[in-house]
Amino acid sequence: MSATVAMILALAVGTYAFRLVGPVLHGRVELPERVQELLGAGAVVLLVALLATGALTEGGGFAGWARPAGVLVGAVLAWRRAPFVLVVLGAAAATAVLRAVGVA
Amino acid sequence: MRTAERTALVRDSALVWLASGVVGVSFGAIAVTGGLPVWVPVVMSLVVYAGSAQFSAVGVLLAGGGPVAAAVTGLLLNTRTAAFSLAVADILGPGRLARLLGAHLVTDETVAFALAQPDPARRRAAFWVSGLGLFAVWNTGVLAGALAGDALGDTGTYGLDAAFPAVLVALVLPALRESSAIRRSALLGAGLALAVTPAVPAGVPVLVALAGLVLHGSGRPA
Repeated sequence: MSATVAMILALAVGTYAFRLVGPVLHGRVELPERVQELLGAGAVVLLVALLATGALTEGGGFAGWARPAGVLVGAVLAWRRAPFVLVVLGAAAATAVLRAVGVA
Repeated sequence: MRTAERTALVRDSALVWLASGVVGVSFGAIAVTGGLPVWVPVVMSLVVYAGSAQFSAVGVLLAGGGPVAAAVTGLLLNTRTAAFSLAVADILGPGRLARLLGAHLVTDETVAFALAQPDPARRRAAFWVSGLGLFAVWNTGVLAGALAGDALGDTGTYGLDAAFPAVLVALVLPALRESSAIRRSALLGAGLALAVTPAVPAGVPVLVALAGLVLHGSGRPA
């Protein structure tokens, strides 16, 4: 079990180190405005890539139709400026209904 | 921040808390029914606090991949938090304690919530409200799931796996609408991430997506 403890500790320390990069550098290194702009854009690029891979893939392969169809319902609702609650519940409900009728 | 804005923030965050709580329950249940002792998912959630990395690390462990492979997989998935921490560094707050604590709360959802706000004060409030709530709910959910075992069944039945991408869609859409440079970069990045997904380890595709920034150009509105 000590190997599991070591694994959890390594993962925890490493993850916290990644998360400290921003706060530690902030105020010490004066980032040019252009770099700050790219950091903001980079965060959005990461989030969009996360949502695209999260919507379409599972374990390196296609996630099946039900999940991306649900996310698409959510995206259309969001595009039409529906309230956040509706976007999220709409996506989950569409996927749940598709799975209930047998769409994987 | 006006009361109405605060209410809206808590209401929107609560939905993510609820969904994350259910996923937390399923994480605790999967780990325990897979044969790990209750403390493993519980301690891991408190000190690692990163949903996808926890699922992957436990998945590798349960599949017999060994602790080293489990740690490496989890770390690879969490490299993106370094980029996120840079993006929110100026909104955590001035004090050392705020930065040290805030760093631990940097997650996809919290960063997305914060960056979706229009001004610094609201970004800070959104970060802390959604972040502290998420931490509390996630860890409570994992504990409940670890104690209850497989009582919840398959969370896919509720379509929860579609809820998280949809949360991100709703939160990034304003930034995408506003800037064509970000739109171009994000589209290329997502395409690259999807293209390499079958060929590379989990966690790498979203890093590859950063190459999409080559289309960001000079940053002037196009």
